[in-house]
Amino acid sequence: MPQPQTAPDPIDKIHSESFLRDLMRRQLVLSTGCALAFLVALLGLPLVNYLAPAMMARRVGGFTLSWLVLGVLFFPYVWAISFHFIRRSLALEASEVEEARRR
Amino acid sequence: MITAPPALLLAQAAGIDPWIVAFSLVTVAVTVWMGFRSAKTSKTAGDFFVAGRSVSVGWNASAISGEYLSAASFMGIAGMVMAIGYDALWYPVCYACGYLFLLLFIAGPLRRFGAYTIPDFAEGRYDSPLFRKIAVCFVLFIGFFYTMPQMKGAGTTLAYIFPGLPYWVGVAVVGAVITLNVALGGMKGITLVQAMQYWMKMFAISVPVFVLAAVFGGYGENLSAIAATPAERTALVQNVEHPRLELPAKAPADEAWISPFGPLTSKAAKAANLPPEEARPLSLLYTYSLIIALVCGTAGLPHILVRFYTNPDGVAAKRTTMWVMILIGVFYVFPPVIGVLGRNFMPELYNGLGAKGTDKIVLELPTLIRAQYGMLGSVLSGIACAGAFAAFMSTFSGLLVSMTGAVAHDVYGRMLRPDSTPEQRMKMFKFAAIGIGAVSVGLGCCVEPLEINFMVGQAFAIAAASYFPLLFMSVWWRGMTMKGAATGMLSGGVLALLAAALTNASNLALDKGPMGKLFAPFAPLNEFWAQHPLLRILCEQPAIWTVPLAIGLMIVVSKATARDVPKDIRMKMLVLHAPEALGLKNEYIQEHQAGAGH
Repeated sequence: MPQPQTAPDPIDKIHSESFLRDLMRRQLVLSTGCALAFLVALLGLPLVNYLAPAMMARRVGGFTLSWLVLGVLFFPYVWAISFHFIRRSLALEASEVEEARRR
Repeated sequence: MITAPPALLLAQAAGIDPWIVAFSLVTVAVTVWMGFRSAKTSKTAGDFFVAGRSVSVGWNASAISGEYLSAASFMGIAGMVMAIGYDALWYPVCYACGYLFLLLFIAGPLRRFGAYTIPDFAEGRYDSPLFRKIAVCFVLFIGFFYTMPQMKGAGTTLAYIFPGLPYWVGVAVVGAVITLNVALGGMKGITLVQAMQYWMKMFAISVPVFVLAAVFGGYGENLSAIAATPAERTALVQNVEHPRLELPAKAPADEAWISPFGPLTSKAAKAANLPPEEARPLSLLYTYSLIIALVCGTAGLPHILVRFYTNPDGVAAKRTTMWVMILIGVFYVFPPVIGVLGRNFMPELYNGLGAKGTDKIVLELPTLIRAQYGMLGSVLSGIACAGAFAAFMSTFSGLLVSMTGAVAHDVYGRMLRPDSTPEQRMKMFKFAAIGIGAVSVGLGCCVEPLEINFMVGQAFAIAAASYFPLLFMSVWWRGMTMKGAATGMLSGGVLALLAAALTNASNLALDKGPMGKLFAPFAPLNEFWAQHPLLRILCEQPAIWTVPLAIGLMIVVSKATARDVPKDIRMKMLVLHAPEALGLKNEYIQEHQAGAGH
């Protein structure tokens, strides 16, 4: 049931369809963006292994390139993504609260 | 601890290393003591179920990590890397990175919705007590599947420490200790124990690695001894003092071991005698399916999810996940190092089977130090065994808490006796803990021939096809109906389970022991697999088709039953997604109580 859009009351603003849709859309855009950065690496690595085995078998400090990426470098990459996500997500929540209270 | 000295004397007489026994006993004693100590401070029913929702980020992150690093992580990964090489690296990486999915899509909304357990969420989101019952079944289902490998780890480790001890005695002893602990301390006690056990496991895996690497050369140095050309090898310091040992005939060849698409992912194609150019696409498919199962399965493990409710708010829930990823990520760098060292310096383990083979490399490798440096090696072995104890004890107690919570809170408190008092529910929590502990020990005694890591992988595949689609879709799509959610979750979960069971049965049919005879009727299945390697892979790693199937069914059935969408769906979605500072949660509860009258 659509809420009356003209209501100036902040509670009604929060309950309006457009507020919820904006809220979910912004959160989903942020989450999906971070997930894409992660999935490209996670799903891309087997593909690179498959298509360019010679390159991935090159040695870096004793490791094969593929082993170094998967066994060591993957962890800090994921930490960086989650750190970015948490900072953006907390900022997003703060701005949502402010917006909801201002109107 | 009064009994320790005579026990040690006895141990020495029987040819058992007293250091290993001492470290293991201290681990068990500290676990039990902490449980008892905190039993005095956890008084209310809330304390028992979600630790009063006041556990700090640092404690909670350590506790989740402690609970998550199971026998499969501590012992299984090193053994698997040693046995099959590169492909096994996907396990630690996906175990750790699956948490990212949890953080991005599920952790915050779930915490804001506020409920004790996943069945609470299922009922609250769809206003359906029936759906709660279905969800409870899956808590118990995945839980029991996940306790079996922990019990196997307990029996194997005790049999390693006390040669000659029957497998079932180890299972029964560890099961009894943990059950007592959970029944007396509840979740608050367990949070402290879990947090401490994370640091114990971290210490127990990293210290032996550093000492071994100082003697036998580092990670890269040891890898460079495997399948590198002489030119590539001379670039590094040569380990002259400790050259690599000869591999037995049973070990996989160096080139296949260190390269992607090795023995694990190409097994089915090899059984079918496919040429390499046809086998490689199948290996790629296997890899993708494994990744999906592990990443989505992490996001759907019930005993991990219940811990998000112990955070004071959604912000803390997100911070906790960040720390969990760092804590377990750091841990998961170490087991593969042990696997690599094991391949170079303890190749005789390739000749052993199951628990006598590569699976015990974490416990066995420090004995190399003992041969050279005497007591220091014994201490390292003792530390490794203490870590193994911490591993299966902490995961089992976490599972026991979530399964007991489901029985006491959902089955008893909501279905059987909705009018029961908090005291009655707390009593029920203790009874349920003892009952479930007993069933777990019974199941654990039956699974001796099965592989630890394989059983854990199956629990992940089932979680990936049932809870993950449920949580993901319920949080982000308001068009979901109870019928859609139930259809998708049940078909995905049950099909993944059937596929896993078929694979197990055909594997057991190959066993040369009594299990082989028991499962002999499934032997023709292996001939069928040899004809159809693709079907074998889809059955062994079902996630690549069960997860999309579950999500697809959820969408189709929900569209067909669109008028069943809960009427207050917008309010539910607001509670899930709006920042907690807006205080929508309280408003929702008031409305709900006024409307539904319960």
